Amino acid sequence: MVTAVLATRLGRLASTPAGRIWAVCLRDVTAAHSVGYTFLLVVGFLEPVLYLLSMGFGVGGMVGEVVLADGARVSYASFVAPAMLAASAMNGPFFEGSIGFFSKMRYRKLFDATISTPVTPFEVAAGELLWSLGQGAMYSLAFCTVMVALGLATLGQVLAVLPAALLIGFAFGGLGLLLATFINSWKDFDYLGAIIFSMFLFSGTFTPVEAYPGPAQIIVWLTPLYHGIELTRGLILDALSLSMLADAAYLVVVGLLGLWLASRRIARTLCR
Amino acid sequence: MPHVVPVGYRHRVPKPASLIEAHRLVKRFGDFVAVDGVDLQVQPGEFFGFLGANGAGKSSTMRMIGCVSPPSEGVLRVFGLDPIKDGPVIRSRLGVCPQQDSLDEELTVLENLVVYARYFGIPRRVARQRAEELLEFVQLSERITSKVEPLSGGMKRRLTIARALINEPEILMLDEPTTGLDPQARHLVWERLFQLKQRGVTQVLTTHYMDEAEQLCDRLVVMDHGKIIAEGSPRRLIEQYSTKEVVELRFGNLPPETVARRINGRISEHCERHEILPDRILLYTADGDAAAEAASREHPAPSSVLVRRSTLEDVFLHLTGRTLVD
Amino acid sequence: MIHPAMAALEYHLVCYRRSWRGTIFTFFVVPVVFLLGMGWSIGGYLDGDAAGQGGLGVSYLTFLAPGLLASTAMQVGVGEGTHPVYGAFHWTRTYHMMRMSPLTTTDILVGHLGYILVRVTISATGFLLVMALLGIVDGAAGLAALPAAVLVGCSMSAFVFAFSATITEPVLLDVVYRILVVPMSLFAGVFFPVAQMPAGARLAAGLLPLWHGVELCRSATMGIPSQLGAPVHAGYLLLWTVVGFLVARWAFGRRLAG
Repeated sequence: MVTAVLATRLGRLASTPAGRIWAVCLRDVTAAHSVGYTFLLVVGFLEPVLYLLSMGFGVGGMVGEVVLADGARVSYASFVAPAMLAASAMNGPFFEGSIGFFSKMRYRKLFDATISTPVTPFEVAAGELLWSLGQGAMYSLAFCTVMVALGLATLGQVLAVLPAALLIGFAFGGLGLLLATFINSWKDFDYLGAIIFSMFLFSGTFTPVEAYPGPAQIIVWLTPLYHGIELTRGLILDALSLSMLADAAYLVVVGLLGLWLASRRIARTLCR
Repeated sequence: MPHVVPVGYRHRVPKPASLIEAHRLVKRFGDFVAVDGVDLQVQPGEFFGFLGANGAGKSSTMRMIGCVSPPSEGVLRVFGLDPIKDGPVIRSRLGVCPQQDSLDEELTVLENLVVYARYFGIPRRVARQRAEELLEFVQLSERITSKVEPLSGGMKRRLTIARALINEPEILMLDEPTTGLDPQARHLVWERLFQLKQRGVTQVLTTHYMDEAEQLCDRLVVMDHGKIIAEGSPRRLIEQYSTKEVVELRFGNLPPETVARRINGRISEHCERHEILPDRILLYTADGDAAAEAASREHPAPSSVLVRRSTLEDVFLHLTGRTLVD
Repeated sequence: MIHPAMAALEYHLVCYRRSWRGTIFTFFVVPVVFLLGMGWSIGGYLDGDAAGQGGLGVSYLTFLAPGLLASTAMQVGVGEGTHPVYGAFHWTRTYHMMRMSPLTTTDILVGHLGYILVRVTISATGFLLVMALLGIVDGAAGLAALPAAVLVGCSMSAFVFAFSATITEPVLLDVVYRILVVPMSLFAGVFFPVAQMPAGARLAAGLLPLWHGVELCRSATMGIPSQLGAPVHAGYLLLWTVVGFLVARWAFGRRLAG
């Protein structure tokens, strides 16, 4: 009886926009069962961990301790780890949202068929964002586990930081989708990679932003990753502040804007 | 071996009004006018065809009907609904088989159908059952777990047709469904489309194959440069724009031009209309045998004579000319 | 008449004429930005330290630059040996096209590896030039870093060629990049001396071609002796190159015959 009711409810949900967004995401889940893909996922877990070991402990061994803005001293590994988490939360959704989406839309022309169904361009964009977000969540979860194992965060801190990681994924997933609609060939990803990498280097990842020269601070302040790192670092180093609400709001706005503009551009491309 | 139309495919009671109605429909891409003021109606249960060369505006019209391309001008109603406002609702009742197989190469044959079904909100269990029935219908049951990539062109086409049927559509839209297929594959597709027609599924087809249009369509329009230049059943179009029969005369190595000059004037006595091509002369006539006989008595006599029925191809070439369009 | 392998090389150079702009970003701008960014931020901690710059004895920029030079050379070698090689078999089928001409499998391979040589040389020269402008190259002897970097690129590239010729799932190309390139560049002494690591890891790093390349480059631009001596490092890299070439030739032959 209960299951029957539930089934009808779910059935009705399936033909709503939410159901269709889920259906778009489900296609990616179905396609992700190849061996190579699983392998790639495992590597995706490992990569940020390797960065953490190399930068946090290798380079950190030379650096020693870092003095934070509030005067507290932490080990360099503790300082870099939250930034690495933010970068890892960014990378998965951003590159899935840009490269992955570009290859589906322009190269394999997957959505030409999708939009012949009740699915709208917005639902395509939202479904793809959901998928990249899911991937980002997995990477973040894995990274958090490693942080706990290495004693760089407690379980409570990790639980608090996970939603922040999702938010970073949302912002960069949306941004990735939007940028993918501007890209014309694979070569353009070279530029995209370069931009993202520069952002990764200069978003307060390896040095507190206060160390940057004045004008550079403003540029850094504009990058979404900086706000992401502010969130993860604040939550993991227990340095909470009200400005973190603004950081979170900034990420939400970037994500929503990316999603909305991307879906408009997708509609222009697919529904000529 | 008989093939059954899938059980899940319920016969729908046709509604009295036209399923598709277009009035002065226009599609522009920048300065280029792809569709230039098209009027048409498609009735329930009808097999309707768009005949035309590449770039005549067939696919653009199909995409507008499929609610994936907003009309630039004019009125379009599908199921009495407006494609701009009710796109998703209309699309949920359409089945679309696009010109290029847009199958998902990362998925298996079965997954292609089930994933697609989910876009219509069809529950997984139902989707799977329907998919299996449809694969049976298009003779792909053996390849159910195979990836799409290694399938032959004909198999991919059949899979695309099966995919278009997953939501039990009231209208099936087929954009050049047999282009590029070998004869066996074409005939299999035709058989299946015919079976669907018997079930009362309304079908809209574009093609540049005259034999295909002649075999399948109840009614068709000929498109040229975005406009409809003729409309009717295949038989009526032949009656109206061609003669009953055609005689094809060949003269070995002698250029038909030279022959025509030598028997100057007398060609038109044998037929209603004639055409001189680089390799042969065509005589359009009501009585092919008589014309053939008369032609054989001429000097020089033709090296080969062929009498055949007029086809849509003759109509088409007569209406649109022989010049290449692209 | 030109040698057939030269003809194959020429093909790749002609293609490069159309695609070099994007590669400037990946293989020049990114490494230089990386160098400046890390040199500045990590250097900010180390260089002010009176206790001797984190134990390095030189500025962090001076230490990091030769390491990044070697690691960039490796990335060019691996990057150009993955997708382009796989694509030439499966997507553009360029190799098959070449095979239909009088070119032999060896010609095709030598031509493409020759192209890698050119590409690594271009990238390494550019990077070395930036280092010279920053004043962190110890005199003309620093030029020796150029052949060293080229050798690192080739030693890795040949093996990656063999790998790309063998696999049939393109997603594995990303896997090799991330399993090979990323860990190597992180733990082969580019960012910190391998002496920082526990003994086992230090030994493992010693087996990586990149570490030998880093040692060679560092000794050249900093004017210090390398740990095992230049002949040992260069010999080790040469060994990888030769064995890699033989394996690649075998893999190419198998793929083009099938």
